[in-house]
Amino acid sequence: MAAINRDDVAHLARLAHIEMSAEELDRMAVELAVIVDSVKSVSEAAGDDVPATSHPIPLTNVFREDVVGHTFTAEQALSGAPDAYENRFKVPAILDEG
Amino acid sequence: MSVDATLSFEEAMEKYDPVLGFEVHVELNTKTKMFSSAPNVFGDEPNTNVNEVDLGMPGVLPVVNKTAVESSIKIGLALNCKIAESCRFARKNYFYPDTPKNFQTSQYDEPIAYDGYLDIELEDGTVFRVEIERAHMEEDAGKLTHMGGAAGRIQGADYSLVDYNRSGVPLVEIVTKPIEGAGSRAPELAKAYVAAVREIVKNLGVSDAKMERGNVRCDANVSLRPHGRERFGIRSETKNVNSLRAVEHAVRYEIQRHAAVLDSGEPVIQETRHWHEDTRSTTSGRPKSDADDYRYFPEPDLVPVVASREWVEELRATLPEPPAERRKRLKEAWGYSDLEFRDVVNAGVMDSIEETIAAGASADVARKWWMGEIVGRAKVADVDPSELGVTPQVIVELNKLVEDGKINNKMATQVLDGVLAGEGTPAEIVEKRGLAVVSDDGPLLEAIDAALAAQPDVAEKIRGGKVQAIGAIVGGVMKATRGQADAGRVRELILEKLGVEG
Repeated sequence: MAAINRDDVAHLARLAHIEMSAEELDRMAVELAVIVDSVKSVSEAAGDDVPATSHPIPLTNVFREDVVGHTFTAEQALSGAPDAYENRFKVPAILDEG
Repeated sequence: MSVDATLSFEEAMEKYDPVLGFEVHVELNTKTKMFSSAPNVFGDEPNTNVNEVDLGMPGVLPVVNKTAVESSIKIGLALNCKIAESCRFARKNYFYPDTPKNFQTSQYDEPIAYDGYLDIELEDGTVFRVEIERAHMEEDAGKLTHMGGAAGRIQGADYSLVDYNRSGVPLVEIVTKPIEGAGSRAPELAKAYVAAVREIVKNLGVSDAKMERGNVRCDANVSLRPHGRERFGIRSETKNVNSLRAVEHAVRYEIQRHAAVLDSGEPVIQETRHWHEDTRSTTSGRPKSDADDYRYFPEPDLVPVVASREWVEELRATLPEPPAERRKRLKEAWGYSDLEFRDVVNAGVMDSIEETIAAGASADVARKWWMGEIVGRAKVADVDPSELGVTPQVIVELNKLVEDGKINNKMATQVLDGVLAGEGTPAEIVEKRGLAVVSDDGPLLEAIDAALAAQPDVAEKIRGGKVQAIGAIVGGVMKATRGQADAGRVRELILEKLGVEG
């Protein structure tokens, strides 16, 4: 069984900005351990001769030429913003960075 | 805001050995962004150089800019790095409004370039090798402006405004290995290293390399350890030190601050520090997070970049001569002394002198004109010497007029002024201003006779062998001809007249 304890889950929840109750933390510690174990079983299937990959298709070098394409106007860019000021996104002050 | 205690730099150096490390971010000058086709342009109206990729909208797919990859490989090669046969991108996850996707697309365990070095020449000619750990590709973040509270600072801000024009601009982050052994020259080395990186990326043409625009940004890591101890001390990372002078000052300040902390028996806190140019000091930022807090994982939307050896060699063949090697070559070719060459470099006229020599002037003539005449005039006009309006051809032409005896040096500077005033070519100005040297001996002999008659005692001295007295007679002749005589010829004629051997 993977060693995922309650503190690990609380830490991850904080990093991911997810609010979790005490019961959720308890339950998720158990469930996450099971999930990690399940994913681990993949490494049992792959031998040493199988290189690690991050993609299912063996594609490389998908590039774009350096040519300017379309852009939004500031109005379009801000059309979904909860708040804006002088063509810029307005966001709450981020105090924990101070 | 409390002021941190510091030791004097000398005392800090007596007690501790500094170890440095740098992360230099270089913004590439590609036409478009790293992963989107929106333009990479500085200074435009906010949020106009963006599209759906830069704004991190759901369901969009990034596509890698080929030119940015090539620029990154060029930087790697110029830093004597190995270029990875295959590398990939990774997501660096964090929540901050400068990154609308909530992650920055970067590289983690597979940088495109690694294991390089840069030989840094300090001012006295000492060469210090800085090892490069890696250079990796990533994207820049948007620009935040903090409103309310203390002017522009995040502390006490009421809200922040975000412009995503910079979001997605291609960056190459260059990371050094720990730099040991710099000793008291650490601040100087810091400045020289960042200057060298800036010069290299500018010379490669892959970045505009303007520090004042943030094209080249430096994070400086500093730690101290007692002399003789191998294990590193705890480091601080001073962020966004954005001028060469500030890099030097920030490293110096952090050494002094760390020394005071260690002297008090406290441990140094591993943290980010913010540099303040006004007080020339740093203040505490956020505690440094561990690397795994960013939960890096391979970017599923981008496939690996494979740099074939053929491609790498093709790019290597396009690299310009490294700036340091070029300087060495030119100094030898020109035969300047260390001091003369350093002055030329510091005055920013090395390229101009090279062009002037290529146009036909000798190395000494080129230096005489650029350093003796043009640099001073440029300073007065507050422009770059190369932008003053003097072409290499003008200097070659001026020098030929002097060598042919048509004008003397004093007139040549007047002709130069005429060129700068837009009066035409040197030859035209000589004509228009009537500046030609009086080369017909007739009028000269008359003036010499007059000068000798006016100063009979001096004439007698010269006849008696005191040739050094001749200056007074030459002066009289030059005055009578309003400076238009060739002083050398005047001297010859006087000696001839008095029957004295020069």
